[in-house]
Amino acid sequence: MTSTLKISRLTKRYDSVEALREVSLTLEPGMRMALLGHNGAGKSTMMKIILGLIPFDGGEVSVCGGAPGSAASRAQVAYLPENAAFHPALTGEEQIRHYLALRGESTAQAGELLERVGLGHAARRRIGTYSKGMRQRVGLAQTLIGRPRLLVLDEPTSGLDPVSRRDFYALLDGLAAEGASILLSSHALTEVEARTDRILILSRGRLVASGTLPSLRQEAALPVTLLVTPAEGRAKALAAALPGATATADGRLRLDCPQADKLAVLARIVTALGPQMADLDVIPPSLEDIYTNFSHRDGS
Amino acid sequence: MSRILATAASEFRIALRNRWVAIATALMVLFSLVLAATGAAPTGDVGVDPLSVTVVSLTSLAVYLVPLLALLMSFDAIAGEVERGTLPLLLTYPVSRLQILLGKLLAHLAILTLALVLGYGAAGVMAFITDPASITALPSLWRLIWTSVLLGAAFLGLGYTLSSLSRRPSGAAGLAMGLWLLFVVLYDLGLLAMVVTDGGGALTTHVLPVALLANPADAFRLFNLSAAHAVAEAGGIGGAAHAIALWKSAASLVLWPVAALFLAWAAFRKVTP
Repeated sequence: MTSTLKISRLTKRYDSVEALREVSLTLEPGMRMALLGHNGAGKSTMMKIILGLIPFDGGEVSVCGGAPGSAASRAQVAYLPENAAFHPALTGEEQIRHYLALRGESTAQAGELLERVGLGHAARRRIGTYSKGMRQRVGLAQTLIGRPRLLVLDEPTSGLDPVSRRDFYALLDGLAAEGASILLSSHALTEVEARTDRILILSRGRLVASGTLPSLRQEAALPVTLLVTPAEGRAKALAAALPGATATADGRLRLDCPQADKLAVLARIVTALGPQMADLDVIPPSLEDIYTNFSHRDGS
Repeated sequence: MSRILATAASEFRIALRNRWVAIATALMVLFSLVLAATGAAPTGDVGVDPLSVTVVSLTSLAVYLVPLLALLMSFDAIAGEVERGTLPLLLTYPVSRLQILLGKLLAHLAILTLALVLGYGAAGVMAFITDPASITALPSLWRLIWTSVLLGAAFLGLGYTLSSLSRRPSGAAGLAMGLWLLFVVLYDLGLLAMVVTDGGGALTTHVLPVALLANPADAFRLFNLSAAHAVAEAGGIGGAAHAIALWKSAASLVLWPVAALFLAWAAFRKVTP
């Protein structure tokens, strides 16, 4: 199986600023990869290099077996820019027909594509009258043209409401199941959590973490949080029994413990303090925590 | 080819919605009719048919109006895409930058041709109504149309070049107006000053013909005036017209659009979205 996207030691400089430093990654067919990072971390720059829109200074990039931006790779790559924009004088349908023609596909599919992203009702209205979310859907519709082997999506769900986001990820699941590779960037960490196979964290142009969510959890070695709800009238006794715990605003007790000690601590609490508790929640470190951890490691 | 046509179709639709087609056509028809009406009056005594006179008047009009229309249509072509943010996505499609330019050129040329045919046509019809003998001047009207299209193509290409270089529509508009002023007004004034100070010396005999051919607007005027022998009395620059062979001005008119397109391509290739 050949990789859809292979990047090794990619470096890009803007004057004296290093936008990307020795970034390497491989994207296999059917894989969904999320690219996380602050604004200015290098996400959009990397995407534009993959698309062949801007040149790079060092390293190697291979897109669908060809050079980025070559005619062969452009024919197999779909892109959704951050804040997708279109000519306001055209209708959604006309715009999609244009993109279909540019990809050498039948323009008759325009209606169906717009239907798939939930824009069927507005297909004949000018894009100038669309909301941001609707323009974003036009952008999504054009990424579905043909059967792209690689989808590069820059903040694809910005401007979409929660229901549309769910529909959008369902669309992506379908594409990935058919063998398309997906590279997306996002600020909405929680939605990426469940919907991607691999997570990459960029910080100031460097790749600071890469892996599946469980492996990143392990690597970050962040503490697990236990939230204890005291039983009626037992709050004081419970607080005395758990000296390391801090009280939360809603009257619960919060206890952090290392990942490795989790089971031992749980067993101790439950056997010794069982009757004094009304409830106990175990909260693993969230992607937000892991993200913050990795993006702050290099001293930023 | 299908990608060029698809681009052209979209551009034409946008121009139609932006009223560019209507504006260009209305301008051409209006000016042509005014010229036809005023130009036809004095011909009775001279013995020349009204259409021949109108064609000469239209030539003088076209030298100003065609480059202006072409630049107005083209200055936004690349800079507008950059400003709207539509260029990055477009460039990830399997379509080359030359194809994008050719598509836009095709659409804009179609609009220009439509405006020219309707405008000049209206003047032709009016001349024919005044004097049916005008039918003999039909070839010169036809010549005026295709040379105007070539002139327009040259300035469309120059407009795309400025649009690629400035990357902002406001900047491109300023440059386009400057270019128009330079090619259509200042250039001739400069040549006039040269001829006057030179007093028929080497500059007038050697430099002037080359200088006239180097400017598409002057080549256009030269070609149409020297081709229209019947109205040699047009005077002015027409006097110089006889000194330069017809094929030279024709070659300049054909080469300019090609050169301008090449310039536009070179400039557009340097645009990083």
